[in-house]
Amino acid sequence: MSQHADTGNAEANLKTLPGDDVRQIMWRFADRFDLQMLVQSAREVARGPVARLVAEGQRNTHEWTEEKNALLAAYDQAGITTAFMEPEQGGFIAGPKNLALALIAFELAWVDGGAATGSLAGNLGLSPIHEKGTDEQKNHYMSLAVPVQPGEERETLRPAFCLTEPLPYVGVDTGVLSGKVKIKEWREGEEPVLHVEKRGRFITNMGFANVVTAAVDSDDPRIKGSCMVILEETDPGVWDRGAPTKKMVHQLSSTSDPVFSLTIPASRIIGGYTVEDGVIVPAFNHSQIIESVFRRTRVTVGLMSSAKLLSAVEPIIRYQRGRFRGGSSGAPGSPRFDLGLQQKEDSIQRLVDVWATGEASASLGFAAARVFDEFDPLEAQKDSILAAAGVEGPRAALRYFKSKQEEAMAFLRLTRQPAGERDEARLEDLRSDVIVQYMLGEAVANVVCPACKLWNTGHGVNVMREAVSLMGGYGITEDCPGFLGQKWMDGQLEATYEGPEAVQRRQLSVTMTHDLFLAQFEGWIAELREIAKTHPQTGACALSNAMELWQWVLNHLLGAKDADGKRLYAGARQGVTFPMADALCWLLAAYYQIQDVLELEVKGAENPALADGLPGFVSFFQDLCHVQSAAAAGEVGRVCTELVFGYTAQPLWSDSCHQCCSGGQATAEGRPCLAEDGLQDYLALRTRMDSCLCGTRMAKDRAAAALAQVMIPEALDYPR
Amino acid sequence: MSGGFHIVVCGSLVPDPLQTLEPVQGPNGPGLKNEGMLPSVLDPWAGHSLFEAANLAKQVPGSKVWLVSLGPKPKLQQLMMTVAQKVPFELVVVDGNAGGFTESMEVAAALAGAINAIQGLDPSRLLLFGGCASASRDAGATMQILGEMLGIDEMFLGVDELKVQADGGLHVLERIEGGKYLASVCAGPPAMLGWATGNLPEPPNNPQVGMLNMRGIMPALQRAQAVKVGAGTLQFDAVQVPTQRRETRVVKDVPVEEIAQEIVEWLKG
Repeated sequence: MSQHADTGNAEANLKTLPGDDVRQIMWRFADRFDLQMLVQSAREVARGPVARLVAEGQRNTHEWTEEKNALLAAYDQAGITTAFMEPEQGGFIAGPKNLALALIAFELAWVDGGAATGSLAGNLGLSPIHEKGTDEQKNHYMSLAVPVQPGEERETLRPAFCLTEPLPYVGVDTGVLSGKVKIKEWREGEEPVLHVEKRGRFITNMGFANVVTAAVDSDDPRIKGSCMVILEETDPGVWDRGAPTKKMVHQLSSTSDPVFSLTIPASRIIGGYTVEDGVIVPAFNHSQIIESVFRRTRVTVGLMSSAKLLSAVEPIIRYQRGRFRGGSSGAPGSPRFDLGLQQKEDSIQRLVDVWATGEASASLGFAAARVFDEFDPLEAQKDSILAAAGVEGPRAALRYFKSKQEEAMAFLRLTRQPAGERDEARLEDLRSDVIVQYMLGEAVANVVCPACKLWNTGHGVNVMREAVSLMGGYGITEDCPGFLGQKWMDGQLEATYEGPEAVQRRQLSVTMTHDLFLAQFEGWIAELREIAKTHPQTGACALSNAMELWQWVLNHLLGAKDADGKRLYAGARQGVTFPMADALCWLLAAYYQIQDVLELEVKGAENPALADGLPGFVSFFQDLCHVQSAAAAGEVGRVCTELVFGYTAQPLWSDSCHQCCSGGQATAEGRPCLAEDGLQDYLALRTRMDSCLCGTRMAKDRAAAALAQVMIPEALDYPR
Repeated sequence: MSGGFHIVVCGSLVPDPLQTLEPVQGPNGPGLKNEGMLPSVLDPWAGHSLFEAANLAKQVPGSKVWLVSLGPKPKLQQLMMTVAQKVPFELVVVDGNAGGFTESMEVAAALAGAINAIQGLDPSRLLLFGGCASASRDAGATMQILGEMLGIDEMFLGVDELKVQADGGLHVLERIEGGKYLASVCAGPPAMLGWATGNLPEPPNNPQVGMLNMRGIMPALQRAQAVKVGAGTLQFDAVQVPTQRRETRVVKDVPVEEIAQEIVEWLKG
């Protein structure tokens, strides 16, 4: 007789919606009081002034109005503006700030994505200086971006970031720029004076920015390549903010198409420059700068979509329960009165899907933010180590990293060996090797950042549509509680700006094949197999099998050719590489979701405030994991099967085909579709994954039942 | 006032009023359904008194503010993530039940013990602040009992305004019936003031103030003494939510004045 593990904990009911103490543990800031306070502070702004603006219809104007401008003061007062600065520059958070900024974005986007974007765009404008500026540039501009303190006589610096490819609507190619820089004047022994011509498009914060970091290309043989420069409103020349963009979304952020024709000193080149043979050589070209900027800021955008999905849960439950109240049928106390639409399985099961997706995307996004918090110091140390070793330029760095790759792999192998049976001294050596740890961190960071941006926003907006539909016609009205219709529309922009989906897929298709990433991915599969032993109700087993299937197919595609003899996994073969990138995102999101629930189970037990509710939260969140793991496995199975079989030659119809397709017994030889080597292995993996979906629908039933009885507040807490 | 006031504000947490507050009978007496898991806010009246205290301390050099809170430690810690950002204060924690079903005398005794143990507190400069009522259960007696226990003779309830006169006297406005105030003057501290709403808005969050406060808050939470209040000594015959009445009518294009008039007539019955 078989035993059944996946029955959930019937005694452990979800009693209330998860509060701050639960989220602090899951997203790993339970011991960070600075971040906890920042969350409260950002929340008050979001659910107060921001929510009031949305409710008052300020989203119906494209212009940067006085009312919208008042948000800047609210951000300043709440510490949102200074959260990006170092303490010595006037900030209050020491160390890396990726998780801090992610939490701010999450809180603001809980109410309005445009407000979150406006707040983040200021940081984005400063980021080129923060990441690659000279010390002088950093101290000067970061300090001025701190809100004016009592007694100070200056204007707060409000930055904007201006990249812009030459023509709109022709696709993204950040290698080509619309801006030009040339030398206007260069007197002997003095600093060169530059002239910048730049036209920006869709530039956020441009309605009020007084400083712009702009990407420009050389238009002068005496300047090498491209660079980024700092433009100030008071520079001589033209500073035209341009017409407001008539965007249909994110109207609480200011966007316009500015025109600049300005004269600036060469000291405004971000990162500085050297002069070689009479030519100005910028320390960093614009690609180097934006690479280090976007790899961080994209995570916060991904989390904005997560916040919106999770914010939809409470208003939907309230709507569903109250749907029939006040009508002629269903007296108080009757199921129709108390449960409303929640009597229907479809309503609550679809809401389970929305919540599960929100959880998974938040887990992926916050994990990515934490990865960058760990990675930032390593990256800074790496730069010093390379400089000390005399490694200059990207190619030399690549050669250096290649020479260290085996050590990084050795570290991973050692971590998987049982303690006591491995070379501990060697393990510790490699653990303290900054370059090894940097390489491992970079391999993961280069995957989780685009994965978060791609999946959270792209898939997130699809699920947000589902959330809107659960509110009926109310969902697409301006006064829908929780502003769900606006959030859905905004999601389309989040999937587009800071690199649209194709850019993220392109990046993933390269980075996910890195040996160091794949080696760590293999470790995660092994980890999930262990989790499946103790926590089968998380769906870890199905997920580990889906990950193994994806890995098998990637290896297969890397070496396989299509029926015409063309390589399958190649740069231009986006019909192959992009779906694999999409599939990986599902897996990563579900993986991190399980990690967060396990963290809650362990650390939650240490918090007496959670004693009453913890079993219910853990049980419910495990069910959501199971639901999401099953969805991920299904998606991976679909993508993989299409790719494995879709590029093989279609055989001519034969008796064998007939026998096979009509359900008769057929040997492998008798199934022409399986003629290629190895496909039987694929089918074995696929079958194993499918059979591991057992219990997933039972988990969904339990989660849905929990949604029909969970206690929710009497009213939504915004607008306040 | 030479040397400034020593202002002790008594205030703790109550469940967020937006939550569903459903009385239930538990093993230790009555409580609210899922009470331990509901998000909390600073009791609104105590909050007003804290903001008034901070404002007074800012105006009178040498003054200091303590916030004495009786509540479950983990919940207080969570609450401090918001409250600590509002104004500067030093926290004193008494670890115990902060529910609505405690007895005023027991609570006052626990608070008095904590206040008496504050090092450096000068009773002659003491202004004891708190809410004139509580959102958890409106007995409205705790502050008076506490004042008695601390030997304070000057007591004011329903306070909306406190002004320090040039001679150091305290000019106090207390709410009385009919929207009127009772104006009183006392020579100076010690005095107990149970605040109504005061006149100050809630200060905005300021994480930098919060970071400064947190230096003292975490140690205060760690050294909190546990007390037992409201468990077993009291019996409640029945607990219920006041009945609600809702009459909704959907109308369009009615002038505001007409709506107001209708409400007035409805109130008059």
